[in-house]
Amino acid sequence: MTTQLLTYIFVGATFTLYIGIALWSRAKSTNDFYIAGKGVHPIANGMATAADWMSAASFLSMAGLIAFLGKDGSVYLMGWTGGYVLLALLLAPYLRKFGKFTVPDFIGERYYSSTARKLAVLCLIFISFTYIAGQMRGVGIVFSRFLEVDINTGVIVGMAIVFFYAVLGGMKGITYTQVAQYCVLIFAYLVPAIFISILMTGKVIPQIGFGSTLVDSPIYLLDKLDQVTRDLGFVAYTENVKTNIDIFCITAALMFGTAGLPHVIVRFFTVPSVGAARQSAGYALIFIALLYTTAPAVSAFARMNLIDSIQDQPYSTSPNWFKNWEEIGLIAWKDKNEDGKIKYSSGSALEDIKPKYLDERGEYGERLLQNKPNLSNENEIYIDRDIIVLANPEIAQLPGWVIALVAAGGLAAALSTAAGLLLVISSSVSHDLLKKTYMPQITEKQELRYARISAAVAIGIAGIFGIYPPAFVAQVVAFAFGLAAATFFPALFLGIFYKRLNKEGAITGMLLGLIFTASYIIYFKFINPAINNSDFWFMGISPEGIGSVGMLLNFIIALSVSSLTKPPPDEVLELVDDIRRP
Amino acid sequence: MNEKNNKYWKANLKIVISLLIIWFISSFGFGIIFSDYLDQIKFGGFKLGFWFAQQGSIYIFVILVFLYVWLMKRLDKKFSEEEDS
Repeated sequence: MTTQLLTYIFVGATFTLYIGIALWSRAKSTNDFYIAGKGVHPIANGMATAADWMSAASFLSMAGLIAFLGKDGSVYLMGWTGGYVLLALLLAPYLRKFGKFTVPDFIGERYYSSTARKLAVLCLIFISFTYIAGQMRGVGIVFSRFLEVDINTGVIVGMAIVFFYAVLGGMKGITYTQVAQYCVLIFAYLVPAIFISILMTGKVIPQIGFGSTLVDSPIYLLDKLDQVTRDLGFVAYTENVKTNIDIFCITAALMFGTAGLPHVIVRFFTVPSVGAARQSAGYALIFIALLYTTAPAVSAFARMNLIDSIQDQPYSTSPNWFKNWEEIGLIAWKDKNEDGKIKYSSGSALEDIKPKYLDERGEYGERLLQNKPNLSNENEIYIDRDIIVLANPEIAQLPGWVIALVAAGGLAAALSTAAGLLLVISSSVSHDLLKKTYMPQITEKQELRYARISAAVAIGIAGIFGIYPPAFVAQVVAFAFGLAAATFFPALFLGIFYKRLNKEGAITGMLLGLIFTASYIIYFKFINPAINNSDFWFMGISPEGIGSVGMLLNFIIALSVSSLTKPPPDEVLELVDDIRRP
Repeated sequence: MNEKNNKYWKANLKIVISLLIIWFISSFGFGIIFSDYLDQIKFGGFKLGFWFAQQGSIYIFVILVFLYVWLMKRLDKKFSEEEDS
């Protein structure tokens, strides 16, 4: 069977499974729709949280990013797992004890203010849509490369599936589909990693193979990689390029941002008790760690294999995957020295970095480029980092079914996260904006209908993002985490641990965190990208890490404004006392 | 009643703070600030600082969360028993 047929079978089978689960677990009440009736087992919730959390970015992009960043890539590994410790210890159990439906719900009641609630809804919608745009791009890449359909068709199929189980099943449908999606995605991630680890190092466990010697020599994989990367003009793989303060701030922004992401927090509202919320954070972290400790091994294997399989190869005999990805537009080759061979080294091969293709073919059959070559270095190829995980099984020449499995896994990762995000958007609209603010007279049945309508509208908007991806998609990921760290984390944390914090403090803190972080990122990413480098950054902190500074500002302002204004009313103090009791 | 709640809250804070200190040392400490220094030590093919940044810190995070579950269970049990007596 061809790889493409296998891919159709795998993707078709998993989609059928998701639809089956959706039919079986339809939501009957708002309680079902928002928080799955609080009846989810901690292990099931752990898996659902892991799938919810691990997006197309974790599955498709992260290992590729680390493969090119080397040790600097550690920020993603520590940042995206370390945040769970904060979530488990500082937020999840207490917010579960509070026992309501959404994150803005907590902020609205704790700070006794509908302004605070509306501000929270605004931040939530902004963060969640930023994130969804990335998922839709992931769906598009998988469809166009492996099923050879048009990206738009891919996005529409993906939307239809999510529509089906998110609108029908709400949180209940999403939870059980996410459990299935976790199983698919982790299997799809581990199988190729294990294969490649055996091929390269003879060790079955990638986490061990990563630190072992290569099969055919006594040299350690990482030492070889250090040497090869250095020879090609890069900084050695296991050494940092970024400064410590920047690494520190990026890691912190990702950690605190993770802890403040509404679609993750809301998962802990679905379990039966406070104890179950704590446990389920533990299970979630185990399930996530399984992928996150495998990823850096995959990165090191992939970088090594990539260099081995293309360096100094004549283009005419270059591997098929290289040409396939070139057709999609995610690889480009510019023969600078006109020797017909591929040369890979440090630096950007092209001016303007991203390739712009012409319709013509070159001497060897390669796609010709409009870009001028960047003559300050010898590098001849452009490789989009997002393809590494998808291309890895092909680069290592694994059998077709492994490649098909990876495609199904990538879709599971993207769809599960998209569904979780759509749910928090729709529940914050129907519950926080309509029921709690503008239309308090509606019945539960009407609220449920509004929840379904807003889920449908949100899916439509997400689809538009997928079909007409805004040029800034890749760059705004920093936004989601930075903003979550600078707005939600301090408001939630202080709401639980500092009774004296009043609404004036919380609102000014969130607003300032939001404005500061957003303007810093917008300035360097969009208004003046030419000076987006460490000479101009505030204290050498990149836009990716600025959320940490925004968070500090939020804390300082919230605490000082609070101490100058009057304390919160007694019933709020009682509410805080109550959530602190087990 | 109120005094008991205070005691519970203080015990809870003590657990959270001690675990977060370990959290900070294993990630920001070993993985970032002292990472280059630890890189002088090698075990197998790993430099220690690099290993902490890409593997070790994550294992420690998992252990910390389960330690927290266990310690809080013990604390909850202790306080609910006092309530009965």
